[in-house]
Amino acid sequence: MTQFAERVAQPLRRLGQSVSTRIWRLGFASRFFFYMLVHSGTALRRFHLTMREIYFSGVLSLIIILVSGLFVGMVLGLQGYETLQRYGASESLGVLVALSLVRELGPVVAGLLFASRAGSAITAEIGLMKATEQISAMEMMAVDPIARVVAPRFWGGVISMPLLAALFSGMGIFGGYLVGVQLIGVDEGAFWSQMQAAVDVRSDILNGVIKSVVFGFAVCWIAVFEGYDAPPTAEGVSGATTRTVVTSSLAILALDFMLTALMFTGGNAS
Amino acid sequence: MNRSTIDLWVGIFVAIGFAALLFLAMKVGNLASFSTAQTYQVQANFANIGGLKVRAPIKSAGVVVGRVAEVRFDNESFEAMVTMNMDARYQFPRDTVAKILTSGLLGEQYIGLEAGGDSAMLKSSDRLRLTQSAVVLENLISQFLFNKAQEGKDNKDAK
Amino acid sequence: MTPLRTAEQVVEIDDLSFTYDVRPILRGIDMRIARGKVVAIMGQSGCGKTTLLRIIGGMLRPSRGSARVLGETVHELARDRLYALRRRMGMLYQFGALFTDLSVYRNVEFPLREHTALPDELIHDLVMLKLEAVGLRGASRLTPAELSGGMARRVALARAIALDPELIMYDEPFAGLDPISLGVVARLIRRLNDSLGATSIIVTHDVEETLPIVDYVYFMADGRVVAKGTVEEVRRSREAFVHQFVHGEPDGPVPFHYPAPGYREQLGFAAGAQARA
Repeated sequence: MTQFAERVAQPLRRLGQSVSTRIWRLGFASRFFFYMLVHSGTALRRFHLTMREIYFSGVLSLIIILVSGLFVGMVLGLQGYETLQRYGASESLGVLVALSLVRELGPVVAGLLFASRAGSAITAEIGLMKATEQISAMEMMAVDPIARVVAPRFWGGVISMPLLAALFSGMGIFGGYLVGVQLIGVDEGAFWSQMQAAVDVRSDILNGVIKSVVFGFAVCWIAVFEGYDAPPTAEGVSGATTRTVVTSSLAILALDFMLTALMFTGGNAS
Repeated sequence: MNRSTIDLWVGIFVAIGFAALLFLAMKVGNLASFSTAQTYQVQANFANIGGLKVRAPIKSAGVVVGRVAEVRFDNESFEAMVTMNMDARYQFPRDTVAKILTSGLLGEQYIGLEAGGDSAMLKSSDRLRLTQSAVVLENLISQFLFNKAQEGKDNKDAK
Repeated sequence: MTPLRTAEQVVEIDDLSFTYDVRPILRGIDMRIARGKVVAIMGQSGCGKTTLLRIIGGMLRPSRGSARVLGETVHELARDRLYALRRRMGMLYQFGALFTDLSVYRNVEFPLREHTALPDELIHDLVMLKLEAVGLRGASRLTPAELSGGMARRVALARAIALDPELIMYDEPFAGLDPISLGVVARLIRRLNDSLGATSIIVTHDVEETLPIVDYVYFMADGRVVAKGTVEEVRRSREAFVHQFVHGEPDGPVPFHYPAPGYREQLGFAAGAQARA
């Protein structure tokens, strides 16, 4: 009897433990986040530090963002045309491509690519700096590593993310234009004018930009925290890098659902 | 990596990022087509507006001449009251007819204007008297079925 | 090698204990380090000597007891005061801990840039001065990846002394160095200490290279100070642990075997032996 109770209690205890560990980590991550925000002065005052990180997370992600955007837009053009022409509405191709990109695919796919390209790099870099005692050495030099190393990486990423998402959407619309207008032969005037008539600056484009800013905050927070919290070993850093990509991808998708529910349902009574 | 090279690249990156945003706002969205133009407001009552939305285009002879600014329910006449922002470049006679039309069979709804013959032109906050409501598909179909049934009955009666 | 001012203690540690989770790492350490001296803390890996260094640097808080460094009780300082104190210390990490994304020059420049507002030319001269002191002025444009282990250690040393610290700490400065680099680094430590008028603490287990350059030695085992003395005293010591350590004997007070159940028992020879829990 006691053995049975023990067998039931064991997994429950483990579950409770893992839940409390997670909540503890969330609390720790939040504290870390606020500490970083408070000590962001250095990153903004000595802006070349942040500039450097914009280079690493933004400029170096350009190629993958532009190429992916182009292809996603071209696929949207093909698939969208295929569907729309059944209803004789192939002129609406521009609307379909632009709305899907600006509202959803731009921020989400660019966010996912950003998480795996720049987020993982941020985690790995901070984790390795910790493993090789560079973080600790900095602290012993009376330099706050959160202000000097973490905050610039965070802000660099946060600044890069919306720009990358906008580039992704822009490139995607160009890809849709290439396939729809140049390849298939949808009327160019209808493509652009229907798009302009249907896409609203505030409710579509601005909301898309807000999404990408939120994703930028989420990915960069996860990336710098995982890096700073990584156990200072090779396995620790590689594990943290994987966790960054997995957690931030999930965070992007979950946040996207919440933001979409907020932005495009109740608010769009117009 | 040299600091000035980084600055250059970051500058390029930020510039094309903002260019993309501008492209989205101007070319993809409708920011350019509206904010600059001068407008005047005209109202019209409709018995039924169907699926007309705010920001829907107002067209005359197929040209966009304005956009729907507001849709309200008029408590006294139990009709829909539509406020339209008209481009100040286009003037219409006072007896202009406003119709709610649909682009294509299933497309979006817009307001079509047909100019009348009055010599006085519409001014700001004037009201269009002559309107035609949206065609509601359900009504159309039920009317069609009713007619058919009536026809059948008549035929039977004739026999 | 008499210190200039015997009275002034740079580091005073009283009855210091440190517990990690429930595992005791340090138990009741007492230590005095006078200004101008080079002191070695020796012991096996895992005896707590690096932990002790981290407490002196204010990276860890002791569970009990106190550590006074340069006249301040380290673990009671607020962040700003602690940072001010750390500016008067330098620390050399086991593998140098150079910033891998910065060149040698930028590494040495780092503390100067962070803590001073000196004009560029002056900073340049200071960096060159420090690099000259470790003999690597010619390597200023290299990146840390291009340096050998010994050179990296010397660059890190130049960085550690960039702000002319009063207390320099070395965490295993000889680990993984070839004999030539080892000798170079050892002599540098002594020379820099004397020319800067600083005080040095070397945490190491490298007896042969350390004894010639230090004034005083503490031996640690299992979180305690088990022996201390000047170099001559240590060499002559008849105490079993010191003797074993200094002469590198495999068995003695520090046993060769990690505590384990009986060998025969574990191999299943003993009657009724069960699988290990």
